[in-house]
Amino acid sequence: MNVKWRLGMFFIAGAFFLFFYLIAAKNLPPWGHYRGPYGDVISSLSVYQRHATDVVNAIDYDYRGFDTLGEEFILFTSIIGVMLLLRDPKLKGGAAESDEGLSKTVKVSAGGLFGITLIFGLYVCTHGQLTPGGGFQGGVIVATAFMLVYIAENLKRFKAIASHPLMEVLEALGAALYALVGVSALAVGLPFLTNWIPLGTTGDVLSSGTIAVISASVGLEVATGFILLSYTYLQDIVSGREE
Amino acid sequence: MKIAGSFLLLLIAVSGFMVVRTRDVTAQTLALSFYGLLLAVMFFFFQAPDVALSQIVVGAVALPLIIMLAIARMKHKEKTKSSEGGQ
Repeated sequence: MNVKWRLGMFFIAGAFFLFFYLIAAKNLPPWGHYRGPYGDVISSLSVYQRHATDVVNAIDYDYRGFDTLGEEFILFTSIIGVMLLLRDPKLKGGAAESDEGLSKTVKVSAGGLFGITLIFGLYVCTHGQLTPGGGFQGGVIVATAFMLVYIAENLKRFKAIASHPLMEVLEALGAALYALVGVSALAVGLPFLTNWIPLGTTGDVLSSGTIAVISASVGLEVATGFILLSYTYLQDIVSGREE
Repeated sequence: MKIAGSFLLLLIAVSGFMVVRTRDVTAQTLALSFYGLLLAVMFFFFQAPDVALSQIVVGAVALPLIIMLAIARMKHKEKTKSSEGGQ
């Protein structure tokens, strides 16, 4: 296929796209206009029922908490899968110590950003029930803070943090804590994953019962999981294993 | 607001096209990261700040990082192969 043909195809496809785009843009609902029944119902209920001002987290970790439990274990098993596939790299040594290209400016600013990113990540983790955010988002931000350690220092320093046995224990603990919160409801005689912890005052950090606990445990699992994931990849690059 | 929304959607369509159009893999990853950031802006605009936060960290940071690491792995493998072939 030559260039002329390709251009022709592009213009035909572009004309189709423009046609449907203009129809879609014309029929776009007005901004802030919600067209379903469930959103309005749950927005008006969640503050009274669960003392959580962020409805999305109330849904994720309470109303449909069982689904989120499954999703968290999908992440858990896929991280285990990656670590299993890339396990035991035969260290050939002498491969790229890949921090040679980084300038001092990059390293210093990465070091300065570490503290800010870590605090912000922990804030997002622990305030999921009040403001947008929650365990998953905060966990990835915390993991990003530790990747900044790799940029600011070198792989050796990152390895000292990421290959620590505590990392794997914390990841498993984060995943287990979610299930344990669910089982704890059974222990007091209520259905699985019932929000049985006292709900507290709306707007407090320690409000909304199990939602805050589950959010923190998801944060722990996601943060350590992503650190282990990036370490496994980096280790595989640097070791230069041959298949 | 309606015009701003449709403009944002058009911008996303164009930048998605440009991600495919970029041929160099490293540049393509950066384009993908920018595309992820635009998606986050869209989620924020359509009043889904939770999804926007996830999109920023996953679409603009974690996914490009993993692709970058895979590219680095492949390039390193090519380098060792060519240096062994030269000897």
